Amino acid sequence: MNEPSLPSILFFLFAGLACAGAVGVLVFQRIVYMAGALLVSLAAAAGLFFIAGADFVGLVQLMVYVGGTVVLLAFGVMLTARRNQPAWQVPGVQWAVGLAVGGCLLVVLLWTVLAVPQWQTASAPEAAEGAPSAPGVLVRSGSRQTSPSQTGTIGPLGWAMLGVRTEQADQSDALPDVRQTGQCGYLLPFEIISVHLVLVLVGAAFLARAKRPPEPRPLEQGAKVG
Amino acid sequence: MSSWLLQLGFADWLAYGSAGLIKAGLVLVLVLFTPMLALWMERKIAGRIQDRLGPTRTGGRFGWLQSPADGIKLLMKEDLMPAAADPLLFRLAPYLSFCAVFCLFVVLPMADGWAPAGWDSALFFFLAVAGLEVFGVILAGYASGSKWSLFGAMREAAQVVSYEVPLGLCVVVPVVVAGSMDLEEIARMQEGWFTRWFIFHDPFTFLTFWIYAACAMAGLNRAPFDLPEAESELVAGFATEYSGFRWAVFFMAEYAAMFAWSGLGAILFFGGWNGPVPVASWLGLVSTNGPLAGFLGNLLSLLNFLLKALLGVTVMIWARWTLPRLRIDQVIAMCWKYCVPLATLMLVGVVFWQAISMEIFSPKPTGSCTVRCSSNPPRLSQGAWPEETPSAFPLPTRSGLASQRGLVR
Amino acid sequence: MFHPITLAHYFVVGAVLFTCGVLCMVLKRNALGVLMGVELVLNGANLNWIALSNPALRSDPAWAVGLDGQLMALFVIVLAAGEAAVALAIALNYYRLYLSVDVDQANQLKG
Repeated sequence: MNEPSLPSILFFLFAGLACAGAVGVLVFQRIVYMAGALLVSLAAAAGLFFIAGADFVGLVQLMVYVGGTVVLLAFGVMLTARRNQPAWQVPGVQWAVGLAVGGCLLVVLLWTVLAVPQWQTASAPEAAEGAPSAPGVLVRSGSRQTSPSQTGTIGPLGWAMLGVRTEQADQSDALPDVRQTGQCGYLLPFEIISVHLVLVLVGAAFLARAKRPPEPRPLEQGAKVG
Repeated sequence: MSSWLLQLGFADWLAYGSAGLIKAGLVLVLVLFTPMLALWMERKIAGRIQDRLGPTRTGGRFGWLQSPADGIKLLMKEDLMPAAADPLLFRLAPYLSFCAVFCLFVVLPMADGWAPAGWDSALFFFLAVAGLEVFGVILAGYASGSKWSLFGAMREAAQVVSYEVPLGLCVVVPVVVAGSMDLEEIARMQEGWFTRWFIFHDPFTFLTFWIYAACAMAGLNRAPFDLPEAESELVAGFATEYSGFRWAVFFMAEYAAMFAWSGLGAILFFGGWNGPVPVASWLGLVSTNGPLAGFLGNLLSLLNFLLKALLGVTVMIWARWTLPRLRIDQVIAMCWKYCVPLATLMLVGVVFWQAISMEIFSPKPTGSCTVRCSSNPPRLSQGAWPEETPSAFPLPTRSGLASQRGLVR
Repeated sequence: MFHPITLAHYFVVGAVLFTCGVLCMVLKRNALGVLMGVELVLNGANLNWIALSNPALRSDPAWAVGLDGQLMALFVIVLAAGEAAVALAIALNYYRLYLSVDVDQANQLKG
């Protein structure tokens, strides 16, 4: 049991990277470094998703978050960064208060996490048969011989978006009652989000459209800015 | 390979880890070798197009050793970094680009079963990682502390992020035909004569390929779309302040990415490792005839794949030295006003084509839907799918589609 | 403590990401920095969803949320992308008006 296994090693590697990136975003003062740290953190989180067997979600994370959102942020950084820009200092008191409150929050969260014994032991791999996949989706031999339970989650996810829960259909009898409600698919949320995204697209394009800018007027009391 | 190492009695983390490292090493060799070849081809072809000879002396008659010589020259160069640059990001940026391109190769199947990591969402992985390459360039432009670099990086960000949209739409078209995102599966479905290649599948896939080719070239910043490094406007764009080894890393990444994208085009539209004529199956070089025959057949497939990808690279080089450069607004307008609507049209068209051809050629659809992703065909009970009404359309599955394609032809 | 990766491991990472994100939102004065804090918070939450979806990470597998967790995570990611696009557009508009993205000075609506 104490022998290191590949998922464990990879987990601690990615977890360390994710936490380091998050702390980096917090402590760096230069906005570009913050973007870089955010990139590391989000990419490592994608790695954690893979280890937990959520390969499609990990890919979406890589594509949308890392390849889209962070690039967008970097774009925004380049558009708004000005040479000789003073780093906007946050007073030390605010840092102290913020860190104290944040520390309390972290302690409360960790205390809650460690209070539930069921969360601290993993179930035997046999119990996870038919699950989306066991942790260790990364470590499977050649793609040809994959057993059905080890193929990716992309198919079931796609069907769920269309309103069909294929992964539950063959085991619904064995499920406790709480899971019966999860039988329904996600067609309606999917459609709502699609419409929502179209609205966002139009809205963002409207906000950022190339119009004749009014003469920029620096803020009155913020004469030191810029 | 990992299972083989496990049989030798390695601990599992050691076996999987070393198998992964060996595969990564092989991919690295490919990623380093293809840019050299492509660079040499670029010099020769550019020379011929401009009525010159190109390199002739270095390493024999055809200048075979020109690329290694270039590499050595770049390594010997002084390592320059502008005073205004941000040292950490300036150093990091080229490697970030290179890593992203390296990851592109991880899912490319070179022959049947010869993908470093076969995966049922391989295509999605390819697209996701392709979006990361731009980050290195943005960082390079920002960290250089030069206005030319920053302009180049802004253009790169705008251009690449824009062209990801039509590229994504284009690659979905073969996916709709194949019913799978697994690149190996897609290539396997195009076995046989060249008429089974997806580009000849229907008019929509045929047109899609040309959109894909244009968008891939634009997404790779190749001329005529090389606005991020337009030397007549921006000195050298994001690469202005780079020299020596780091510059070489950037350009290795660019050429390797060219190879990867043409390889993807070959898999999606031109049958992947399957040759135009099924020679391998005539000669009996298939894996059912024993491992040795399978291995030889795979070698033949590998040759096929590499030739197709190199042909794609050649076309890109040809376009670069033939066509004049566009303006940045023309490039972006081409993306949003032409490529995206056309690609969307193709996607809608191919969906209707698939639906109609299924309607015509398939036997009467029954209510049972088999879904391969589950361990066994699920019975959809509890109102998830109304059982009494036969489903309006046969739910497309990989195997189902394959059999229907068999019926079509 | 180290070998079987459990739900608690994932929750700890998620808690760290969440806390860093909240602190980022509070302590940064650059609007884009605040935006990055939001992304971190959402990502910490996503990590929890993914961990909860996997039955093998806990000793009572029947209570795992299964694919629902992954779907939630997907929706969160997609909505976060939309949120980032709109927020960035707002930040750019603000910059265009005032040549600054300092949130402490965006107090024009203060009564």
